[in-house]
Amino acid sequence: MADSRNAPHVDMRRSPLGRARGLGSAKAGAAHWWAQRLTAAALVPLTLWFICSVIRLIGADQHAVVVWLSAPLPLVLMLALIAATFHHLQLGLQVVIEDYVHDHAAKLASVLGLKAVCALSALACFISVLKLGL
Amino acid sequence: MRDVRDALMVARNTDGKLVRRPLSPHLQVHRWPVSMALSILHRASGCALGVGTLLMTWWLVAAAQSEEAFARAQWFMGSILGKLLLFGWTVALMFHLCSGIRHLWMDSGRGFEKADYERSAWVVVGATAVLSVGTWIVALVFG
Repeated sequence: MADSRNAPHVDMRRSPLGRARGLGSAKAGAAHWWAQRLTAAALVPLTLWFICSVIRLIGADQHAVVVWLSAPLPLVLMLALIAATFHHLQLGLQVVIEDYVHDHAAKLASVLGLKAVCALSALACFISVLKLGL
Repeated sequence: MRDVRDALMVARNTDGKLVRRPLSPHLQVHRWPVSMALSILHRASGCALGVGTLLMTWWLVAAAQSEEAFARAQWFMGSILGKLLLFGWTVALMFHLCSGIRHLWMDSGRGFEKADYERSAWVVVGATAVLSVGTWIVALVFG
């Protein structure tokens, strides 16, 4: 039984429409790829700036963070960093999940879970930074 | 064939018989050229940075929560375990940054000659080491 199933053969009985559905171009195939590259390019300067800022906050108290984020430029750059980081993270880990999780339901659940965690974490960071800086 | 995606896996051989195309062997039989190691490490470091981002989230949320919560977060970052995590985060970040710039460069269609491909891979390894150690020297001296 297993033998005949594994032997090369053709037993497709789907209609041409059934075959085409869900496999053709949705005219948005490159959007994910472009978003990943765009956020990557934005993260190069933002990340280097973030490391420099964090080094100056080693061992600092909460007041120092408030002072840091009260200036308009650091606040704007932090908001940009959070947006780019979580978007890039979510896009990248989605590809990892899609590569390794083959079961359709498990794949869908883990990708949606990932997006939820990233969106909520990003919101928590946005709110925290705004609360400190405004 | 059960699916159109199988179309590429089943083909006729020179005798006209339907055969399943051979698959390439799995990871363990390959050598580990630097370019392959980098490709795998790019993905691994990306996953590690996901964990690092949770650390950043905790740090920011603690700062917004209260003075005590932030003092606790700062204490953890300064502890042995915290420093170890932050050092790992620095290496992963610097590697992902350098390797990512290499990928952006290759996205422009350049650097695919074998010699260029391997040279740029070693540049990434060197730059990661210099940037990671450099960051920690600056952090320990001026922090």
